[in-house]
Amino acid sequence: MPPSLLSRRNLLQTLAGATALTACARLAEAAPPESAYRPVFFTTDEWRFLHAACDRLIPHDASGPGAIELGVPEFIDRQMETPYAYGALWYMQGPHVTGPANLGYQLPYTPRDIYRRGIAGARALALQMHNAEFASLDAATRDAFLTELETGTHQFGDLPASTFFGHLLGNTQEGAFADPIHGGNKGLGGWAMTGFPGARADFMDWVDQYGREYPLGSVSISGETI
Amino acid sequence: MATITRRSVDVVIVGGGWAGSIMAKELTEAGQRVVMLERGGERSTAADGAYPGSLDELEGNYRFKIFQKLQKTTVTIRNNISQTALPYRQLAAFLPGEGVGGAGLHWSGVHLRIAPDDLTLRSTVISKYGKSFIPEGMNLQDYGVTYAELEPFFDKAEKVFGTSGEAYTVNGKVVGNGNVFAPDRSDHFPLPPLKDVTGAHLFRKAAAEAGYHPYAIPAANASRQYTNPYGAQMGPCNFCGYCSGYACYMYSKASPNVNILPVLRRNKLFEIRPNSTVLHVTLDSTKTRATGVTYLDEKGNEVIQSAELVILAAFQFNNVHLMLVSGIGKPYDPVAGTGVVGRNFVYQNISTTTAWLDPSVWTSQFIGTGGGGVAFDDFNSENFDHGPLGFIGGSPVWVNQAGVKAIAAAKAGGPPGTPRWGSAWKSGMIDTYKHAVRMDAHGSNMAYRDVFLDLDPTWKDAFGRPLLRMTFDWKDNDIRMNRYVVGKIAAVTKAMGARQTHLGMKEFGQPFDTRFYQTTHLGGGAVMGSDPATSALNRYLQCWDVSNVFVIGSNAFPQGTGYNPTGMVAALAYWSAHHIRTTYLKNPGPLVPA
Repeated sequence: MPPSLLSRRNLLQTLAGATALTACARLAEAAPPESAYRPVFFTTDEWRFLHAACDRLIPHDASGPGAIELGVPEFIDRQMETPYAYGALWYMQGPHVTGPANLGYQLPYTPRDIYRRGIAGARALALQMHNAEFASLDAATRDAFLTELETGTHQFGDLPASTFFGHLLGNTQEGAFADPIHGGNKGLGGWAMTGFPGARADFMDWVDQYGREYPLGSVSISGETI
Repeated sequence: MATITRRSVDVVIVGGGWAGSIMAKELTEAGQRVVMLERGGERSTAADGAYPGSLDELEGNYRFKIFQKLQKTTVTIRNNISQTALPYRQLAAFLPGEGVGGAGLHWSGVHLRIAPDDLTLRSTVISKYGKSFIPEGMNLQDYGVTYAELEPFFDKAEKVFGTSGEAYTVNGKVVGNGNVFAPDRSDHFPLPPLKDVTGAHLFRKAAAEAGYHPYAIPAANASRQYTNPYGAQMGPCNFCGYCSGYACYMYSKASPNVNILPVLRRNKLFEIRPNSTVLHVTLDSTKTRATGVTYLDEKGNEVIQSAELVILAAFQFNNVHLMLVSGIGKPYDPVAGTGVVGRNFVYQNISTTTAWLDPSVWTSQFIGTGGGGVAFDDFNSENFDHGPLGFIGGSPVWVNQAGVKAIAAAKAGGPPGTPRWGSAWKSGMIDTYKHAVRMDAHGSNMAYRDVFLDLDPTWKDAFGRPLLRMTFDWKDNDIRMNRYVVGKIAAVTKAMGARQTHLGMKEFGQPFDTRFYQTTHLGGGAVMGSDPATSALNRYLQCWDVSNVFVIGSNAFPQGTGYNPTGMVAALAYWSAHHIRTTYLKNPGPLVPA
């Protein structure tokens, strides 16, 4: 292993508590830039879980950057301090009665509750299945485990694992592709790989350039551009 | 909190959206003193549509900045009468608005007139196919008003909205390349059609090649700068792609906030009170006359506002809810088949087809204008022979690209069968976003005896009122219609040269799913008609039972149509206002004998 990567790994461990160790080793060519961000909502163990999960939901690959480089964990942590995470957008009055899936979410948990219970449940399940922390599993094992959460019938108390997974996936996608003002989509990397121009928002002279690739890079609300 | 009695006014209007703003403009023109009560906050383009801060997809479409927050109130939903309805706790299937402008601020701008046959659908179906063609349990009805009667009001609304489009006929003469199935018009659209985006351009060519009749969708998105008859100004749409869910920063998308309210706000006869939640309409002891409304102001005081005339102009299901909690009209009983308030609740029957084009073709889905695009109506309304098909209803088919942004692209993912995450998702999603075209079959949903609205027995809103309960499911007639029309899209994607096509269609036996966005085009529940036994409102949208209450909105539609509702709602508002001004105010009372 080249010394530069080793030192980067050490740096990351120092900064973020052994963040996405395996991801780092795997991404020798494009290791995630270190982040000075300190989570407000997530505990150290939860933060490690979040990195290890986001890293697989949007991996770094030939298509473009992954969730870690894009700052998705920071995005999710910052979202946890918004009204949304406290359930202010949802009808939360009881009674809370379970029913058919197509009638929608019926639990009394806010997004903050879902993460707290979901991560605890998933970590415990990983310990049970693999005798190891989820964050220390290799990429293939993490993929299989996340698939288990997504499609299996595991319950974390009365919270279905699939409900937790759905929130995690949704927020991860939001973090990768939302305006960077919210903490994710670092360097407009999510937009660069999809070709979304962000807040450019004026295509008067490109509407009828039929079939051609839009020539300008993305721009964010703050004026960051690529 | 205190109870406050405010000075009596001529007219109190519940709701600050299109319907309420049109009624307020018309009635202040008639010299009436009008108070508008809006449950949500004040909204303006300057504050809510400022560039660039408002171009925030997360806030706009995923944190629902200008949509209703469900914390205080929602509805409950079940698929059938034997189920327990459960609260709609998270916005998903439909997205009601909140705040000044209502759904008229967050809408996209598709601005269509109704197909004349849809206004007389029961009569038309019986005359063409016989009464036995109507399936058991379908409550097929006529509106009680004709296209000829409404035409001046469609025309007026288009001029107020600054609608861009191309006519087919004006005063019986073919004048342009518009929709050959569209009814005749008394005038051209006030603005020429918008340019086609790439997907619409390809769809136009392919639809014509397949033998259909494509046309530019009439759009309340200004193709040029425009000043409407009220003096309100619009800027030209630049296809920014932030339409649905946003307060158009270009002042190009028509909204009450841009096209009507700036003029009303300067009128001393008009007062708007945001953050005012109407709890109920107050009735006198005879229950046949409203005395005004009771509402909560922003400080939580209960306010009694008396008025001579009460206009309910809230969102479709909120109008029905207010009628039910106020005791206006007889509630519908699906078992006995009696009562009218809550009857004929309908939705819209939409599915999306995706065509993947050659990777050398960039479809630039982020470019968009909310109401613009290209449609064909060959399988809408009664434009085709239903006899051998055995269903009622139809769908326009269109590319209506309002601007697909990056989060939406990520959540939409790749072709069917692609995982929802990981590398396969990434590559499939990116390919789809860059090179695919999406088209919708935007179909009608008929009304049924066991699909209705009533009050929930269990859940309550933050004000202690029972929530409205929706009993709704898809029925075979509508699924068969959808599958037939979607099948016709295959010829279009073939002509487009698609390398892959996914024909998105409804499946038999799949219940209505509240978790996935479909459309906010809800209708019915307090419908207009000629018979008080089957309609809550007469043809002027006046309550049969309480003649000084008019109820304006898509709640008046006896069944769904293939078109977006706003054009029809606006025309009905102008139609109703005209008859209030010319007849009702001179001699208040029922405009039609019950």
